[in-house]
Amino acid sequence: MATVLIYSDKINMALELLTAAREIGAAAIKAVTINDSQAAQELANAGAEVYNIDADVNLADAAVAASALAQAAEQLQADIILLSSNRRCKEYAGRLAQIIGAGCLTDVTALQVNGGQIECQRNALGGATVATQTVTAARQVIAIRPRTYEAAAAGSGGSVNNLQVTVPPSAVKLVEVRGKEGDTVDIEAAEILVAVGQGMENKEDLPLAEELARKLGGEVACSKPLATDRKWLSEERIVGLSGKKCKPQLALLFGISGQVQFTVGIRDARVIASVNTDENASINQMSDYILTADLKDVLAELNKAL
Amino acid sequence: MNIVVALKQVPDLQQIRIRNRQPVFDDVPLTLGNIDKNALEAAVVIKEAQGGKVIALSAGDENIEDTIKEALAAGADEAYLVIDDQLKDAESSVAAQVLAAAIKNIEDVDLILLGEGSADNYSGQVGSRVAELLGLPQVAYASSIEVNGTTATVTRSLEDCHEVVEVSLPAVITVLSDINEARIPSVTQILKAGKKPKEVVELDDLDVELPDQSPVKTISNLAPDSQRKKVVVKSVDELIQALMTEGVIRR
Repeated sequence: MATVLIYSDKINMALELLTAAREIGAAAIKAVTINDSQAAQELANAGAEVYNIDADVNLADAAVAASALAQAAEQLQADIILLSSNRRCKEYAGRLAQIIGAGCLTDVTALQVNGGQIECQRNALGGATVATQTVTAARQVIAIRPRTYEAAAAGSGGSVNNLQVTVPPSAVKLVEVRGKEGDTVDIEAAEILVAVGQGMENKEDLPLAEELARKLGGEVACSKPLATDRKWLSEERIVGLSGKKCKPQLALLFGISGQVQFTVGIRDARVIASVNTDENASINQMSDYILTADLKDVLAELNKAL
Repeated sequence: MNIVVALKQVPDLQQIRIRNRQPVFDDVPLTLGNIDKNALEAAVVIKEAQGGKVIALSAGDENIEDTIKEALAAGADEAYLVIDDQLKDAESSVAAQVLAAAIKNIEDVDLILLGEGSADNYSGQVGSRVAELLGLPQVAYASSIEVNGTTATVTRSLEDCHEVVEVSLPAVITVLSDINEARIPSVTQILKAGKKPKEVVELDDLDVELPDQSPVKTISNLAPDSQRKKVVVKSVDELIQALMTEGVIRR
């Protein structure tokens, strides 16, 4: 397989891409960093051949960043570019693909090489289906969802080199960066999720779910309406198509009916147990354990027993 | 301030059923993508404050003539449609080339808005590709847009922070669904929608050359094979027992 270039603005995701590139059997892997000698060193410590772009690249301007990456791909003769599929790099992906004339796939959740072609899996039809797609163009840009691969561990043979690019003038000025106020929970990292949906009718029942999550060492998550319409929980806790895609060991679902917009974010859980008053709820079709009961009673009983 | 909103016709995702893991599209109505409606709403809000017009742009098969009425009812002033059977389910790079070529034919465009991703494919590429094709600056994932003369102040919401950026116009901006709540058109607006100006062009009318072969091939598209146990438990005790046996909780 050809030379693969990897880039992410986030070092942990870049290390995951390094694993991905190795697993697909890249002939050569070139990791690019932009004005980030620390990330360059960390990638080199994981055994990567790193090229640090030493220029004033405005990462908030996708036109500038994509141009820099396109020049890097050109200079390093890489026809396959792996990016992380976080928002920052997804914004770059389309622009970079357009510059270099590549086919592009984003939000890829699995890669498999079949007859020299990289077959990518990604959600389609709003998550109702999983499509297997391959880029047939000579050049490809593939953005891989964070946490699809393990971050590469320390390794030998790495190096840090400099790469010169010509940066076009920027038409985007970064005025201010604001932290996301309030909730900093990372439900994607949780091993156990207690997720609540619209079947929870009273906000007074929410502390019961929070207590259970605490007892199990997990986090509370929710379907979108509980955060955006009812505003009971922060948007950081939304599971599903417009929220987080989680792979916990256990997902305990309370009052969740099972619309695909939600289930797409939880279907990779190892064990799913759901509690609903409706014995025909569609979530039951994708649950390992089904309890038809009042969620408030079940939560109270679980909290007492555990 | 002339604002082009690029909108994609998609099947109503709520109504797609799965049979033998295959999606079934029979009798599923066509509609505009949800996030596209937020992009349209953002455009209408800017127009109401600044004057000008909102042009709803779409490319697809002949059904888009009907689907675009949703946008005209919800506040777009006119429609620009590229209709060709080849454009049904067009791949992202193809859609981007057609949209960019169409925008070149529209006069005095100050701002181009799209949803951050389409409702069905959600690749999030088209806005970035259109921006590159037109040589324009871009900002994706906007949670607010404020136009001030020749620039716009946009809040880009990333996973871990909000970035406030100032971008020179014309620019391509893609919006998040949280940017606003799209209005639901009244009956009068729906009736008036059919009378609003609409320009329909064919691929031949545009300066665009589509590839012979799509740069992306779909090998399969199936509902995930759900191998769940589906064990009905009768009590909380039974549930706890089962989860302990799975090794996922401890008492």
